[in-house]
Amino acid sequence: METETCVQTSALNLYYSDFQALRSVSLAIPRKHITALIGPSGCGKSSFLKVLNRMTDLIDHCRVEGQVLLADEDIYAAAVDPIMLRKRVGMVFQKPNPFPMSIYDNIAYGPRLHGQKGKHQLDEIVEKSLAAAALWEETKDRLKKSALSLSGGQQQRLSIARALAVEPELLLMDEPTSALDPISTGKIEELVFELKRSYTIIIVTHNMQQAVRISDMTGFFLLGELVEFANTNNMFTAPQDKRTEDYITGRFG
Amino acid sequence: MASRLRKWQTEYLGRTLVTAFGLFVVVLTLGILGFLGYKGSATFIDYGHSLTEFLISSKWSPGEAGQSGSIGSAVFIIGSLEVSSLALLLATPLSLAMAIFIAEVAPQRLSTTLRSVLEIFVGIPSVVYGWIGLAVLVPFIADLFHLNFGFSVLSAALVLALMICPTITSVATDSLAATPNEYREASYALGSTRWQMIWHVKLRAAIPGILTGVVLGLARAFGEALAVAMVIGQSNRFASSLLAPTNTLTAVITANMGNTTTGSEYNDVLWSMAALLLAISLLFILLIRVISRRGQAS
Repeated sequence: METETCVQTSALNLYYSDFQALRSVSLAIPRKHITALIGPSGCGKSSFLKVLNRMTDLIDHCRVEGQVLLADEDIYAAAVDPIMLRKRVGMVFQKPNPFPMSIYDNIAYGPRLHGQKGKHQLDEIVEKSLAAAALWEETKDRLKKSALSLSGGQQQRLSIARALAVEPELLLMDEPTSALDPISTGKIEELVFELKRSYTIIIVTHNMQQAVRISDMTGFFLLGELVEFANTNNMFTAPQDKRTEDYITGRFG
Repeated sequence: MASRLRKWQTEYLGRTLVTAFGLFVVVLTLGILGFLGYKGSATFIDYGHSLTEFLISSKWSPGEAGQSGSIGSAVFIIGSLEVSSLALLLATPLSLAMAIFIAEVAPQRLSTTLRSVLEIFVGIPSVVYGWIGLAVLVPFIADLFHLNFGFSVLSAALVLALMICPTITSVATDSLAATPNEYREASYALGSTRWQMIWHVKLRAAIPGILTGVVLGLARAFGEALAVAMVIGQSNRFASSLLAPTNTLTAVITANMGNTTTGSEYNDVLWSMAALLLAISLLFILLIRVISRRGQAS
């Protein structure tokens, strides 16, 4: 399988004060694919996401060692502005987190930050982003209404649309469906599947069926270590590592 | 029997107590409103003055011992409004800046220290502020602007601004700190700077709380009697400039309530002023309620 690499880490270590949360993680995330990261709570998979858009910068006493290449550029190089990096690497969180403003303003927030002021262009971005997140039909008549008036599932799709509005190269999703009901979860999964045509997506999930349903590649983390990284089908049918097998067959975790 | 008593104690006793106290507070508030309304209306009913005279005229010579004079209170009404709005104008930007610093910018330890300092400031009695104003600010203003006396609208507004600053800051800080952390993360993840995050998201989310702080400050400024009375100069004329003395509703009430006899015109008009103070305070609160609801809706 010959695919382009979107982001690549080598010998990545992450420390919170004295605690080492990631241990020499090296992997290459393929472009325009969905990569699922699984593993028990506290295994470092969410920390790994935060390294990729440098949200780790915002945590006190947090230290990153090793190399992270996004499109062959070292994102921890001194010349890299984390603000600009986060425009290229979008993030969707566990809990839907729309801002307390209108649906329109939520989507326009990112583009406005980055200097887009034209009313016409913003209208276009808002429509395009909401449509990409399969939310346009439901919201086109109430764009000026508060985003907090949406249901939980809609709010999460809004968060996705908001992240898409700044046209990221890479979209990080940290357990995006763990706070949602099964129907909303299904919609988000369909959406994520659609999005991989244009975006590279890394999704952290506790739900192994979800990883099987939507991802192309799966990485299994345990105690800060990347135990196995493989094609999703191979990993779930013929895991190479005993620990992976124990985890996916439910023997622990 | 014992179990029924126990159930009564655990379930109904607490509820009955809090309901009773809750009702008591409501009755007390209504009682004060009624009493002020009754006492305040005597000026107009017993002495036949018009409400227009009270609000618009500046002719002030209320009668004592059954006599009737003029009760125009416009000077004091305008005095109260200008002093408190000027104080608010001075205090609000300063308080907001401090609140943002404490809630968002200052490192944890400094932030904790500043919060305790603020609480101390909120608790300083107004007479202390007034005295410091009288001893330090009034001579300073006189010196600075080459006046005979420093008693002025400006002195009163500065003392009030200093007094309400900690109140507004404290409430605004809490309100900023209470905005969900998710907003912060979401904003950063979209590539915002810290300042953009604070300005566009945090402040916006905290608006209702900040406005509450501003109303509390305004109410405190508007209702403050002692500190203002000490530095305003208590001159019954409109202030010709910010550096001129004038008088306020609260200062007039404070200065004269002990020197007038119950039932006299002078005493009754003081009650009318008290009722007016209450009415204006209620108006402020209503106004801000409306604004904050609008802010939340948009």
